[in-house]
Amino acid sequence: MNYLYEDLQSIHAKLVAGDLSATQLVTETLAEIEKKEPQVDAFLTIDEAGAQAAAAQVDAKPIATDNLLAGMPIGIKDNLLTDGVTTTAASKMLANFKPVFDATVVEKLKAKDAIMIGKNNLDEFAMGSSTETSAFKKTKNPWNLDKVPGGSSGGSAAAVAAGEVVASLGTDTGGSIRQPAAFNGIVGIKPTYGRVSRWGAIAFASSLDQVGVFSRTVADNATVLQAISGHDEKDSTSADIPVPDFRAALDGNIKGMKIAVAKEYMAEGVAPGVKAQIETAIDTLRSLGATVDEVSLPNSKYAVQIYYIIASSEASSNLSRFDGIRYGYRSPEAKTLEDVYVKSRSEGFGHEVKRRIMLGTFALSSGFYDAYFKKAGQVRTLVIRDFEKVFADYDLVVGPTTPTTAFDLGRKVTDPVTMYMNDILTIPANMAGLPAMSVPAGLVDGLPVGLQIIGKAFDEEAVYRVGYAFEQATGFSKNVPSFKGGKA
Amino acid sequence: MNFETTIGLEVHIELKTNSKMYSPSPVNYGAEPNTNTNVIDWGYPGTLPTLNKGAYTLGMMVATALHADIARDTHFDRKNYFYPDNPKAYQITQYEQPLGKDGYIEVQVDGHTKKIGIAELHVEEDAGKNTHGSDGYSYVDLNRQGTALIEIVSKPDMSTPEEAYAYLETLRQIVQFTGASDVKMEEGSMRVDTNISVRPIGAKQYGIKSELKNLNSFNHVRLGLAYEIKRQSQLLIAGETIRPETRRFDEKTGETFLMRVKTGADDYRYFPEPDLPPLHIGDDWLQTVQDNLPEMPAKRRARYVDQLGLPEYDAGVLTNTKEMSDFFEAAVADGAAPKQVSNWLMGEVNAYLNDQQIDLQETALTPAHLAQMINLIKDGVISSKIAKKVFQEIIQNDTDPKAWVEAKGMVQLSDPAKLTPIITGILDDNQQSIDDFKNGKDRAVGFLVGKIMKETRGQANPKVVNDLLMAELNKR
Amino acid sequence: MIDKTQVQHVAELSKLAFSDAELEQLTEQLADIMKMTDELNKVDTTGVPVTTHVNNLQNIVREDVAQAGTDRDILMKNAPDSADGLLKVPAIMDKEEA
Ligand SMILES: [Mg+2]
Ligand SMILES: [Zn+2]
Repeated sequence: MNYLYEDLQSIHAKLVAGDLSATQLVTETLAEIEKKEPQVDAFLTIDEAGAQAAAAQVDAKPIATDNLLAGMPIGIKDNLLTDGVTTTAASKMLANFKPVFDATVVEKLKAKDAIMIGKNNLDEFAMGSSTETSAFKKTKNPWNLDKVPGGSSGGSAAAVAAGEVVASLGTDTGGSIRQPAAFNGIVGIKPTYGRVSRWGAIAFASSLDQVGVFSRTVADNATVLQAISGHDEKDSTSADIPVPDFRAALDGNIKGMKIAVAKEYMAEGVAPGVKAQIETAIDTLRSLGATVDEVSLPNSKYAVQIYYIIASSEASSNLSRFDGIRYGYRSPEAKTLEDVYVKSRSEGFGHEVKRRIMLGTFALSSGFYDAYFKKAGQVRTLVIRDFEKVFADYDLVVGPTTPTTAFDLGRKVTDPVTMYMNDILTIPANMAGLPAMSVPAGLVDGLPVGLQIIGKAFDEEAVYRVGYAFEQATGFSKNVPSFKGGKA
Repeated sequence: MNFETTIGLEVHIELKTNSKMYSPSPVNYGAEPNTNTNVIDWGYPGTLPTLNKGAYTLGMMVATALHADIARDTHFDRKNYFYPDNPKAYQITQYEQPLGKDGYIEVQVDGHTKKIGIAELHVEEDAGKNTHGSDGYSYVDLNRQGTALIEIVSKPDMSTPEEAYAYLETLRQIVQFTGASDVKMEEGSMRVDTNISVRPIGAKQYGIKSELKNLNSFNHVRLGLAYEIKRQSQLLIAGETIRPETRRFDEKTGETFLMRVKTGADDYRYFPEPDLPPLHIGDDWLQTVQDNLPEMPAKRRARYVDQLGLPEYDAGVLTNTKEMSDFFEAAVADGAAPKQVSNWLMGEVNAYLNDQQIDLQETALTPAHLAQMINLIKDGVISSKIAKKVFQEIIQNDTDPKAWVEAKGMVQLSDPAKLTPIITGILDDNQQSIDDFKNGKDRAVGFLVGKIMKETRGQANPKVVNDLLMAELNKR
Repeated sequence: MIDKTQVQHVAELSKLAFSDAELEQLTEQLADIMKMTDELNKVDTTGVPVTTHVNNLQNIVREDVAQAGTDRDILMKNAPDSADGLLKVPAIMDKEEA
């Protein structure tokens, strides 16, 4: 099954009509993955046996006509726990770690009879924006195999962009869903903080992390997010508020909607080609009946700085549990208890992870806490207030998802500051916990550009509404990479 | 040189809950290793904490009983450190805004009342348990990991080991009364760390303090502190400097030994726990705590003395535990004389508990049965001697005392109509004794009483027998 | 700002070991990042509260009801070393914490 030319609706119709069984679908999906993986490297684990067994169960009963997810193979970022299936967070630290429970999002997908087909590659512990910090493999961008797929959810994004799966789950701490979605020409949403349970998501930065969805179309995206959303008693930060019917918002009507463009997002540093595409996108939104004004989010410029501090500080604490004692890597050289800690962690973690742990530990350490962690938390409040001010008058904020299109593999990795700069457009939504989506906004030099749509808290409907109208009006989602797989 | 001592105590108390502080796994003392744990307790990746409301409420009860101010707005913080019994490598605690602040305890030392301040109280999670093998390895059991704790930090208001001892006794008693904990040192549900420093009298600054660990009883605290005063004073006299040290008390020698010298402050990198939203303690929640807080021992003692007429000593013994005190009050409510109930509880009941090494709740004795038995004695239905047999029965079995003595034929013979014929019969048969009595030989009375008791197989009420016998003798 | 000794101290707190060259590189990189973040000092945050939780929830609590734990043997499958239902580590030499 090549998912470049299918969506949930079209496959579902075949399943309901009996033209296709879930077992066949899984078999064809595995074949597609086998054909494309040697070049894309989007998966770390393929759960062939588990997927076949799940498909057999789906086939044992009639497909519910109102359940678009029944029998659908889905890719899962490998920092989301899957019961009995190795979950590594792309780290040597967890190379042999077998979770004993499913993440809530995985459990919810399974409850909908969706099929967990495999685990997608990522930057180690989701730290990176190119998927190159993975301890196991480098995922390639299907649009150009010499380019990065973005990160940290690069594997999840590339798998969808390559047509290996219809949808996948990722996590987004500072842009880790939206940036790869933009680089891969697909739809990616980071929902409101608290919309989706974090139970079973290996924590990077707890106050920023959110699980979200990749798909080729906005409608598919809404369907999958619908399935994984909702209150979870196991996650005290998940919100106990009703989940609206996201698909009901997809009527193409955005007349009278008030959209803001943050001038800071269109500033210097955004590549001219990208900027041009986004300006065209804004014109499209106007032509669809929305009003679009320029606004200012003056404190956005500090988002990256506060991200270094907050994300790294929380990460340094979250990753301390990887100590070689209860699970995970223990250095074979460890003779003393101190060795178990220091050798296991020094050998088990990669450079980027260690760098961030160091940065976070430093920012929290005695004498620096007020200047860094506390200050960052205060500026975070200012970033939130900027959004509150704009959202008093507007429904959405739009802009580019990334300043450039996908960059070359192997570039920039040695320059962490430049690497982090790549996140400047996406971080503010994490800081404020807002829903934000990237939708395809055309190509520049054959590479996709993403339009970012940021909504009010718990107003994913408005984000989807505009995303859908834009998608239908432009047809950009029909752009697919020419990469076909097989022998290069 | 004369010295003065400054002592501060940090007490950790395990709260009596069904589930852990931040995970729903069971709390169960003495279970097989690692059988009361879940993925949260193991710090598995992807797991998240959830706050036990019951535990927080118990913490608030303790704080209220210790007259502390309850923080209305608070949150949880992470304390980061690596240790094998600390699975997440951080402890979820309260650092910036503890549950309670500025409380106090009033203690009695040498007949004086002293107020000892409590700087703060906070809730947190306990760690697991490490055991050290002789094979070069340590072994970790995470059953205790996550158990709800309240940490109570005193102000440095104590100046003698006796004050520290009294503080701990009183604290234990108060917490026990709140019902928030079993407060058993031997089971580790109460643990004490001490800080002690010595300085020349009049010195402006506190001396360098040492910290004592491994204190398994209040008595060890007292002995350890006394040893430290001696040790630190001698160092000062010798002109040596005291280092900040953590020391271990050795119960065999009564001495303290160096564990480690503290080099600089520990850096725990505290920061607000992002996985738990903050708490706002509203009026309702606070009111529930106040409404459910039992009367504290000091208040009860005063009431026993003022209203029930008990001696101070009795009031003190009875309020040693809430169970005993509640039992006492229930028996009094059932109509028994307070002093009689007190006598039985302090005497026979305590002797039985000590002998059997059990707690009052583990016996079959009920306040109603004890009260009934006391009233049977008062009404002359049974003798004090028979009462001892009745007591053994009702403390071991759920037996109604009145029904039991009747069924066993242990009821005293007090009816003059039944006793008089027996007495006249015996007098008729013992003219010699009547003569002896008339001649002033008092021994004769004893002889006659003995005969009567023998005739009634010991069931005659001795007082009634005595009265009737004297009346009959005087008639002859 | 941040020097090598400090970075070494942070490494110890983090339970990480670095070669001398790595340490030097790290010092440089951390210094660069800290220099950037020092820009935050320009922002006036007088009276601005710290945001640590973004979605304004409070009093999210669980009733004190116990649920059975996870099977010990299942948990132990991921453990690098264990014996008799206990996790096994090289001897602990030093301090107690609570
Ligand atoms: Mg503490
Ligand atoms: Zn503590």
